[in-house]
Amino acid sequence: MKNKVLMKGNEAFAEAAIRSGCRYYFGYPITPQNEITEYMSRELEKHGGSFVQAESEIAAINMAYGGAAAGGKVFISSSSPGIALMQEGFSFLCSTEIPLVILNVSRGGPGVGTIQPGQADYYQATRGGGNGDYHLFVFAPSSIQEAVDMMAKAFEIAEEYRNPVMIYVDGVLGQMMEPVVLTEPLPPFSGEEIVRIRPWALTGTEGKREHNVIKSLYLKPEELEARIMDMDQKYQRARKELPLYKTEGLEAAEVVFVAYGSTARITEEAVELLAEEGIQAGLIRPVSLWPFPYDVFDQIPDTVKVVISVELSRGQMIDDVRIGCRGRFPVTLSSRVGGILITPPEIAADARKALGVTA
Amino acid sequence: MKAVFQYTKGMLSEETTYCPGCTHGIAHRLIMEVLDEKELLGRTIGVAPIGCSILAHHYMNVDMCESAHGRAPAIATGIRRVQKDKIVFTYQGDGDLASIGTAEIVQAAHRGEKFTTFFINNAIYGMTGGQMAPTSLIGQKTTTSAEGRKQESSGMPIRMAELIATLDGAVFVERVSVDSPANIRKAKKAVQKAIEVQEKRLGFGFVEILSTCPTNWGLNPVKSLEWLRENMIPYYPLGNLKCPGEVK
Repeated sequence: MKNKVLMKGNEAFAEAAIRSGCRYYFGYPITPQNEITEYMSRELEKHGGSFVQAESEIAAINMAYGGAAAGGKVFISSSSPGIALMQEGFSFLCSTEIPLVILNVSRGGPGVGTIQPGQADYYQATRGGGNGDYHLFVFAPSSIQEAVDMMAKAFEIAEEYRNPVMIYVDGVLGQMMEPVVLTEPLPPFSGEEIVRIRPWALTGTEGKREHNVIKSLYLKPEELEARIMDMDQKYQRARKELPLYKTEGLEAAEVVFVAYGSTARITEEAVELLAEEGIQAGLIRPVSLWPFPYDVFDQIPDTVKVVISVELSRGQMIDDVRIGCRGRFPVTLSSRVGGILITPPEIAADARKALGVTA
Repeated sequence: MKAVFQYTKGMLSEETTYCPGCTHGIAHRLIMEVLDEKELLGRTIGVAPIGCSILAHHYMNVDMCESAHGRAPAIATGIRRVQKDKIVFTYQGDGDLASIGTAEIVQAAHRGEKFTTFFINNAIYGMTGGQMAPTSLIGQKTTTSAEGRKQESSGMPIRMAELIATLDGAVFVERVSVDSPANIRKAKKAVQKAIEVQEKRLGFGFVEILSTCPTNWGLNPVKSLEWLRENMIPYYPLGNLKCPGEVK
């Protein structure tokens, strides 16, 4: 029988990374994710790993790049403005196909914004803030348990696809406590495993092979084009294999909400409130944000009068919701911003308004 | 018959993209020769960031990684944590190290990272076509200082070796030049010592190498060497600033 423990989200995420075999973490203080950096500074060396407090998020992502290029299982975390500073590195990691797991415990923006929760980094996460044709794979769990389970999976996907994977939660999940069952600990890579699993890694030739080079500069246009086409094949495969979602009550619904992360849990309560009034509401919860699960929108029945994107932003995921709906339904927004969490009654009120009914 | 000279196995037989008279080739060879002589090539990992020498991996026969502009010391920090028994170095130009990458180099030295940085100072941005660097001399004409660098607007040229030497974590700091056979021999000695400092894990090692950029200086190779001697060496004095007792 697995033990349930009560843990703060940030500490559970850090422990989950260690249990996924991660032994290297590079961090810079930023709220609301500091408990992760603090946890790693305490725990990693006990497991034979290394923690470095970087001079900036720019340095942290580049340390991560070096550590992962040298064969390490690396995890990094930050919050919105810090993730903004890491974008240069994300572009390099995608280009050089280096596995890494990134956690964004997001807060409200723009600018310094607030340390309170926000979901306004959707574009940053799914559209990319770095240069060039690349994608992060982005997953948005809605509970600490789901995030913990996703951590091990994220390391697997990063390794299999040789691409960075981002877990995108908001400050609510980072700061709250929930009972959680931790995953079974996996060992870190041994030196032999690095050579076998990542034959491209910088381990020193030992005089036994040609030198390994990790590069993203291609001065011949045809070479760069071929490189980008190779990466794109991988991204096309990801679009088929990685979409993940949960649905509730789509059958015979009048209104369908689309919400991710902690906002999806709040929306579940709005669904109940509306049911009490006799309004049947459904919920689509995208778990993967890139690739976005567009196909699930084909399951929305014709009984639906409106689809509502519920977000802690002024409407970013709504673009993907519209693409998914393919013009079959009107799409509206239900949102709070500024670090304020939306409430179930507010979401229910937005639904009534969109349906043209009065409470 | 005894061989009196051999190409180092540290250099691959590639034709370089460096301009005629550029001293990158000399600096590359010195480093690779030292690693070869110490039989460290198979255990070495290098990082070369954006700048002319981002293509160093075409020529240096060790595992290598490209880097974003200025970030090589952070990348080397990550490599060092995972590959603890390897020799790790960065090879950076002056636009890279003394401008966009000042945070990374200062903090790597400050932490006393156990790797070696080779800093090529040619007082100009080479790859982008001859713009002013923080190391450009007062009065030096560049494409962004057409009338010569002025102290009022751009400050005085930055002496990185002296700056790095103030940090306790940097245990070996030396400035050398590759303008003459005698200075090249001294440069090689500094490279040898810097690598020895790393082999003994004594702290951060920094070798600043004064170099030429004939194309962007608008001088021929011979005149470039003269310009380096007459203008750079007086402002950037050669010599050792710090060396631990263990390698003296």
